[in-house]
Amino acid sequence: MNLFAQLFRVAFNSVAHHKLRSSLTMLGIIIGVSAVITMVSIGEGARRQVSERIQGMGTNLLVIRPGFSRRRHVRSASVNTLTAADALAIEREISDAALVAPEAGKSAQVKYLSQNTNTTVLGVTPPYLEVNNFELSEGSFFTDADVKSRSKTAVLGATAYKELFDSGTAVGETIRIKGVNFKVLGVLTAKGQQGFRDPDDMILVPLSTAQKRLFGVDYLRAINVSVVSESKMESTQAEIEALLMRRHRLSPGQEPDFNIRNQKELLTTMNEVSDTFTNLLAAVAVVSMLVGGIGIMNIMLVSVTERTREIGIRKAVGARGRDVLFQFLVEAMLLSVIGGLVGIGAGFAASRAVAAGTTWQTAVSPASVVFAFAIAALTGVFFGLFPAMKASRLDPVEALRQE
Amino acid sequence: MIHLESITKTYCMGEHKVHALRGLDIHIAAGEMVAVMGPSGSGKSTLMNILGCLDRPSSGKYLLDGEDVAALSADGLASIRNRKLGFVFQSFNLLQLDSALDNVALPLLYAGVSDPHKKAKEALRRVGLEDRAHHKPSELSGGQRQRVAIARALVTNPPVILADEPTGNLDSKTGEEILKIFTKLHREGTTVLMVTHEHEVAEHCRRLLMIRDGVLEKDERFEPRAADDGQIDIQVESAGTVCAPDKEKAEVMS
Repeated sequence: MNLFAQLFRVAFNSVAHHKLRSSLTMLGIIIGVSAVITMVSIGEGARRQVSERIQGMGTNLLVIRPGFSRRRHVRSASVNTLTAADALAIEREISDAALVAPEAGKSAQVKYLSQNTNTTVLGVTPPYLEVNNFELSEGSFFTDADVKSRSKTAVLGATAYKELFDSGTAVGETIRIKGVNFKVLGVLTAKGQQGFRDPDDMILVPLSTAQKRLFGVDYLRAINVSVVSESKMESTQAEIEALLMRRHRLSPGQEPDFNIRNQKELLTTMNEVSDTFTNLLAAVAVVSMLVGGIGIMNIMLVSVTERTREIGIRKAVGARGRDVLFQFLVEAMLLSVIGGLVGIGAGFAASRAVAAGTTWQTAVSPASVVFAFAIAALTGVFFGLFPAMKASRLDPVEALRQE
Repeated sequence: MIHLESITKTYCMGEHKVHALRGLDIHIAAGEMVAVMGPSGSGKSTLMNILGCLDRPSSGKYLLDGEDVAALSADGLASIRNRKLGFVFQSFNLLQLDSALDNVALPLLYAGVSDPHKKAKEALRRVGLEDRAHHKPSELSGGQRQRVAIARALVTNPPVILADEPTGNLDSKTGEEILKIFTKLHREGTTVLMVTHEHEVAEHCRRLLMIRDGVLEKDERFEPRAADDGQIDIQVESAGTVCAPDKEKAEVMS
């Protein structure tokens, strides 16, 4: 048995001998470590959820909307700046624009037999489906010919379908939009709620039908552009901006009357937001760890005072200052390492419990486990150091005199 | 072995200066068995602390086994205590949570010896306690505890053993047995220094130092008690009879 094994055994005996005191001391570390792990797992879960949703919309997507980008709150003053001709020009002139999907639309009253609902009616072209990552759950989509002929056909979003048909057959049925009869061609697969927005609450009709037959407008609500690859996002965005500036007869210094939203930028922003959130949670947890560390220091100081005589005996038979220093450091570390391990277990359990008990997703990140454990061990060394130094500097004569 | 030259020790108690030792010159040769006596407050505890390298003198020269220890650092003194000295205290000073064996092995751990338990067992055998190796101090009688303490003092084979009233907390019969162990160590060549209050204890030694008011008052040598010589030899030779297990049990019972 070497000195280190002996130090470890002495520390272990001392911890085991004062079970209640040791576990109360460890409680601070246990709570700290499990809080870090749980909090970070909640933050990480939220981040994944958001990024999955955004990726579901397609990360190579550019969305061009009318309005002044710097004055979003007065955007209504210029809703009519984008036209179908703009969309065609982008399709023709921008080589990196893989698919261009213009959309026009408004909310409208829709009826099927006695069922009626208020939903968004969107006029789109066939590429809309692919650009926005929608899939058909049944039926078919309208074609370019339908768009050309302004045919009265419709494809239902999952929510609109549920409102009108509950779960009955929709394909082939006739619905009334603003008093006009439309034949249902297909139904889309649900994407699910995205924050406050429900992307499934809509009905798609051919663009020309919406513009001419339903709403009598010739401007667009948005143009969705899917870019050939993610790396071309910035350059394509700049090209489209230049093209539209030219088409709208705006000189380069002027403020554009449209704005382009980059899905990749949105993803980055959302990630930054959730990282900030995660860091904030971790910081709160680290503070609780600090409190735990002070608890350890407190107990170690008591322990040193209580064991003054033992220290005297050890010194009398030849223990050097550093032997005593290590003994108390090992004890402090043992407390924090055991606390850390229990805390990791508790953190995993708490993170599971949160996922099971709430609608939040949680994901324990290995980095947070390593981080929390390292902080716990460092807390042991840091807060154990002062009491250990105090012990190592005790005068043997004084120490032996202690009762 | 021990060479003290005009050793003084002054404590500062606030404004006052207390002169515990006022210039001691003591020479003790290797293999001597010396008793130190003196009334309380005479400075004999201070002297023992300095001799035991637990404390440093305020001035003077202290050579222990040829080494000048007066000027050593705290860690240097720790090393000297470990290699050259064995302590036996009045109140035993054993670690309560450790077994007898671990208590005896303690100095070896700090010395970095490879197989401390083997040597610790050997030391316990020398004081006749090998069958109590795994008992905690609380499970041992006073005499047995003191024998564990003696085993701890001699486990590193130090040239000097210092004992501070080793029989002070023991009844006279048990005290006798402890003294016999010291006598045996002395016969094996170890230098033994013993602080005591009792003349009967001092009579086991061959030399008596009387300390009073921080100075050496008397330094006398005498022949050991006639009763000691022949008889002790026989008993110590057969240590087993002195510390026989049966006798131990009886002791624990009482």
